Amino acid sequence: MADVMSMEDIRATAARLNVDLSSLDLDSIRLPAGEDFGVISDDEDLKKDESLEFEEGFGNIIVVDNLPVVPKEKFEKLEGVVRKIYSQIGVIKEDGLWMPVDPDTQKTLGYCFIEYNTPQEAELAKEKTNGYKLDRSHIFAVNMFDDIEKFMKVPEEWAPPETKPYTPGENLQKWLTDEKARDQFVIRAGSDTEVLWNDARQSKPELVYTRTYWTESFVQWSPMGTYLATVHRQGAQVWGGATTFSRLMRYAHPQVKLIDFSPGERFLVTYSSHEPSNPRDTHRVVINIFDVRTGKVMRDFKGSADEFAIGGTGGVSGVSWPVFRWSGGKDDKYFARIGKNVVSVYETETFALIDKKSIKVENVIDFSWSPTDPILALFVPELGGGNQPARVSLVQIPSKEELRQKNLFSVSDCKMYWQSNGDYLAVKVDRYTKTKKSTYTGFELFRIKERDIPIEVLELENKNDKIIAFAWEPKGHRFAVIHGDNPRPDVSFYSMRSGTNTGRVSKLTTLKGKQANALFWSPAGRFIILAGLKGLNGQLEFYNVDELETMAQGEHFMATDVEWDPTGRYVVTAVTSVHEMENGFNVWSFNGKLLYRILKDHFFQVILVRPRPPSFLSPEKEEEIAKNLKKYSKKYEAEDQDVSMLLSEQDREKRRMLKEEWERWIGEWKRLHEEEKLERQKLRDGEASDEEEEYEAKEVEIEELLDVSEEVISFD
Amino acid sequence: MRPILMKGHERPLTFLKYNRDGDLLFSCAKDHNPTVWFADNGERLGTYRGHNGAVWSCDISRDSSTLITGSADQTAKLWDVKTGTPLFTFNFDSPARSVDFAVGDQIAVITTDPFMGLTSAIHIKHIARDPDDRMAETGESVLILKGPQGRINRAVWGPLNRTIISAGEDTVIRIWDSETGKLLKESDKEDGHKKPITSLSKSADGSHFLTGSLDKSAKLWDTRSLKLIKTYVTERPVNAVTMSPLLDHVVLGGGQDASAVTTTDHRAGKFEAKFYDKILTEEIGGVKGHFGPINALAFNPDGRSFASGGEDGYVRLHHFDPDYFNIKL
Repeated sequence: MADVMSMEDIRATAARLNVDLSSLDLDSIRLPAGEDFGVISDDEDLKKDESLEFEEGFGNIIVVDNLPVVPKEKFEKLEGVVRKIYSQIGVIKEDGLWMPVDPDTQKTLGYCFIEYNTPQEAELAKEKTNGYKLDRSHIFAVNMFDDIEKFMKVPEEWAPPETKPYTPGENLQKWLTDEKARDQFVIRAGSDTEVLWNDARQSKPELVYTRTYWTESFVQWSPMGTYLATVHRQGAQVWGGATTFSRLMRYAHPQVKLIDFSPGERFLVTYSSHEPSNPRDTHRVVINIFDVRTGKVMRDFKGSADEFAIGGTGGVSGVSWPVFRWSGGKDDKYFARIGKNVVSVYETETFALIDKKSIKVENVIDFSWSPTDPILALFVPELGGGNQPARVSLVQIPSKEELRQKNLFSVSDCKMYWQSNGDYLAVKVDRYTKTKKSTYTGFELFRIKERDIPIEVLELENKNDKIIAFAWEPKGHRFAVIHGDNPRPDVSFYSMRSGTNTGRVSKLTTLKGKQANALFWSPAGRFIILAGLKGLNGQLEFYNVDELETMAQGEHFMATDVEWDPTGRYVVTAVTSVHEMENGFNVWSFNGKLLYRILKDHFFQVILVRPRPPSFLSPEKEEEIAKNLKKYSKKYEAEDQDVSMLLSEQDREKRRMLKEEWERWIGEWKRLHEEEKLERQKLRDGEASDEEEEYEAKEVEIEELLDVSEEVISFD
Repeated sequence: MRPILMKGHERPLTFLKYNRDGDLLFSCAKDHNPTVWFADNGERLGTYRGHNGAVWSCDISRDSSTLITGSADQTAKLWDVKTGTPLFTFNFDSPARSVDFAVGDQIAVITTDPFMGLTSAIHIKHIARDPDDRMAETGESVLILKGPQGRINRAVWGPLNRTIISAGEDTVIRIWDSETGKLLKESDKEDGHKKPITSLSKSADGSHFLTGSLDKSAKLWDTRSLKLIKTYVTERPVNAVTMSPLLDHVVLGGGQDASAVTTTDHRAGKFEAKFYDKILTEEIGGVKGHFGPINALAFNPDGRSFASGGEDGYVRLHHFDPDYFNIKL
């Protein structure tokens, strides 16, 4: 601020200018508009500090309306009731409860103000008691004091919203039309986030877009690859566009920790948790559901962390993500969450519970959606010490009709795996042995698409084998299981169809003693990678399940992550910064040929390959293409050849240049060396300098007589 | 050919040096005894006893008669190669790190570490031609250069003994005038190493030199202009570098920091001597074997064998198979 003049200075100046101060009304002096002589007015100062004022404003005050109007005698009683209700939620400040009284009638006005110590408490009180029924005719309406002003501003008359002229957006799916049909992937290393083309022909990635400090925690593609979401302290953002990445939308959610897209990319769920500032408060979480395109909050959920803990009674602390699970398919019609003894299913038209109530399921601890149909699979553990069996049931939404149910006995744990088309559901069941000392594992296989949903039980040949990993073939009928003991477990492949009989599961093969602990099917099926990550140092085996043969074996030392591209042509293996060294990634072809490797220090995030939306081709058309692949592939093979020719040409050219440059260096050095020859000789006292010393090697034979002795040998 | 394993040191190796004829190999280690070996079959010829601290480096005169060693016992010693008797001792106030004879073997450059408040320094010493005169010498430095921060890991002579090239912990390569002691050139900040330089090795004709650094790279420089010519990128800190006098190959040695070795898989260490094409800067291959970081590398002047010395206390002597000489990239 400019120097402040004291009154003394003003008097002195006035005396100097011969102005009689007493005859002057300072307040009547008006500066011309827009002129401030460089002195910032106090009002402007205030404006600047507005945000600050907000902090210490009335955020901790709430207004409770719809209280009973009582005469003076009952004032104390009402105050006591209100105080009792609100002091349960937080600490009301001293003199923080004020119930105004009509001065004429001495009656209360039917509302009161309550001041808490913290805005958090006020917020909580608002949420908890808004709609609180004191009695039939008095339902509390609670608002933040700060909001009152906002409500006052609402104009009395409705004005039609301005219609903005339509501006055509960018083609967000431009990347799919890449001439070379390449895929994109995003990496995070150091402070940079880069989006790259995987250019396998050139054996190197090509940069699409890079940005420093693009995100504060992580990035994520939307399920169909249209958007790239970045996460910041203030909220999440999505990026996309035809040629580069520009910001498409922001979603304000302070302290956001996790995000999740609905499978059809229509909605974005954001999550934040707020550690309690004092131990008596509960751990609070906030979840917002945004419409991706408009950025509008469709629904928000707030509550304590316990309410959102999956498994309810399961004793799981914290929140398991995603809290809301979306039903399959592109329509994003339903989403659900699990609560204590209930599963709440919401539908996205109104963002309300279906039939306005949750599905009651006693003790439910896990559920999952079919990836394609609105079918829920629920798991209820054993109850009453085994008197009531554990249960897996399939529920149709929105009818809430139970399609199939299976009771299971002496179950310790249960996991559900859906096949990607929703054709099959595998339930991995860990059962106790008779002694209850150990467990063994079996599978219950549901055929969802068949009449009455037949269930088949599959047990491994060696029942005591531990199951290390399980994976369905995407869009297929096969699955792979890693079972046995580390470090060399077995890998088995099963098919849901056997040669003639389509209704039975059959084993295809078992591979003995593989160094693997994770399975990665190609998104196109048929190929699978048996990977030994982390403890197994990054062993990779590329296996063809059609032919039942190993195509290749590889190793990406210390690899932590494996990811297929959505077309099933390439595989990326990466070492992220969980390890100090070797950070970087390798790109392989589907059959296990190492194409290229890139090393990056501080490689934070797993490579994420940009997903693609599902193909529009009908299955018949796809089959036709597969049949005539030779015809189609010709063109691409020719292109491949051209590229490799060009590459080797460029490579040769580059090498030639380097060699030539080197020759020039050598020539120059030789010349200088020659020039200095005499001087060097002088330094060595004239000894024939350098290597020029001529000597010839002579072979000298030296015979040495060690000992001579004579012996008489008799001929017997 | 199978490498020859030479076990003569009890502590990690620090330096290796062939004589000009390539028939003798001198090794220095953190135990106190520099050792000489037959470079052909790895047979031990003898040790030079007298130091009382780790020996950091050595150099051998052109006629293979005199050996100079620099040691952590704050001395540099001249030895009679044949008999193993110490000829003269230069005393310093801090450990001597790097030693290098000039062309003509009449002067030597010795670097000393920062120690007890003393800064690091480069000393230029006169060495008498006649062994008898040596006893009469004072060991006074002809010139002392100071300035670089931290340890100076290597200082060698430039062409015609006119310059001295130094490199060390402050990542800068410097060229000094050996007459006046003036700083002539410093390596470019942009081009230069990002972490301490651990090693420096001259080409056979002294026209260019190679530096290895903990920033996981090695760089090739022009001796006269100090211009960066090539950069070789690797996956591990580089402790030792050398160049083939015969082919356009450079060899980098190093590996994971010794303190992390026991906590990771042996393959994580990458204790390999890595061969690169000098011109194309592409990796050709690697020689495995050490079970600790490689601290020292030296090429036989005939280019047909090389030796590596590791933290594990072994010297490995590798004679190349005929295939090596036909490598085509």
